[in-house]
Amino acid sequence: MIICDAIAGTLESSDILIQIFCVEDEAGIEIHLESAVIYQFGEQIRKVILSELQAAGVKSAKVRAVDRGALDCTIIARMRTAISRASSIHNEQV
Amino acid sequence: MRFVKNRLRRTMLFIPGNNPSMMPDAHLYGADALMFDLEDSVKITEKDAARDLVHQALKTFNYGDVELVVRVNPLNTPHGKADVMSMIEAGVQVIRLPKTEHAGDVLEAEQWIDHCEEVLGIQKGSVGLMAAIESGQGILNVHAIATASKRLIGIAIGAEDFVTDLKTTRSPEGTELFTARSMIVFAARAAGISALDTVFSDVNDEEGFCAEVALIKQMGFDGKSVINPRQIAPVNQLYTPSPNEIEKAQAIIEAIREADEKGLGVVSLNGKMIDRPVVLRAQRVIALAIAAGVVENTVVFDNIGG
Repeated sequence: MIICDAIAGTLESSDILIQIFCVEDEAGIEIHLESAVIYQFGEQIRKVILSELQAAGVKSAKVRAVDRGALDCTIIARMRTAISRASSIHNEQV
Repeated sequence: MRFVKNRLRRTMLFIPGNNPSMMPDAHLYGADALMFDLEDSVKITEKDAARDLVHQALKTFNYGDVELVVRVNPLNTPHGKADVMSMIEAGVQVIRLPKTEHAGDVLEAEQWIDHCEEVLGIQKGSVGLMAAIESGQGILNVHAIATASKRLIGIAIGAEDFVTDLKTTRSPEGTELFTARSMIVFAARAAGISALDTVFSDVNDEEGFCAEVALIKQMGFDGKSVINPRQIAPVNQLYTPSPNEIEKAQAIIEAIREADEKGLGVVSLNGKMIDRPVVLRAQRVIALAIAAGVVENTVVFDNIGG
């Protein structure tokens, strides 16, 4: 569950900056994507973002993503970091 | 994939853990090992992000035969244990421990790796360990450190922290590192593991870099950590035997083979006695030559890189 706003990633080449905003419980998922390759890969990037939210059980959140040519594995990593930082499960100690 | 105790480790390329641009093609530059860094190259506020990124990279990219090493944060920091768990889950072969000072540091890591392998359902003993020594205390305990665990594949010297601990700075000649380097090599040989030298930070000083590689090769090191793909070729080249060395080594191995066939105990070649160290050196020359691609791999030796 998203309990605070969080950010992960950078604006460097091959990276993606993910911002997650806390919204009301029933607000649903909203994704804003900026990318130089939005026409080629926009759908795929959204799909990866959405599947990471679903895998983490997030039902309501606003996500802003600024893509700099990130591969899927980078998007997954940045999403996991952002969700972890934004949620109550965030815990550095295993 | 299970770690390999003895293999060629001429070059270990350093990859900053929070930089996605270097990860997909890091293995294409010819390094024998890749070392993803979660420690000093990552800001304290980005430790979790680097861990997630390297985890995904290890799970996603096919790095071929390159040895995969991750330098984790010290286990006594809030990040160290989480780093180790995450990297083992992602399939790392070797965990590199920074700032090792006592055998206990290695034992603590070994216990945590045992635990991680058990929790993750990975065969016990799959993950190797490498200890970096970066202080006077660590050097004085180097033999105990090098022999502390069966998982250890090598020990390395981390010179930047080491010279700071010594209250000195690095010089082109490496006078301040000489004793420590020698002790690393002695301990590695006593333990039967690899000895790996520190990074050379000035990427533009190729002459200084090559002089340092020649020095550490002569001292007995198996290889060197590199911070830029440009540094890989010079190290691999300096570790490549000359045609003359290869020819001599081949003659020695041939003489031994003939002697074995005839059931002779003592062998001589051109009037010189060939004993065990001569044969081992010859085998190592051929192994290095095969790795460098200057000799075809037709014979398998049991002590490659060792």
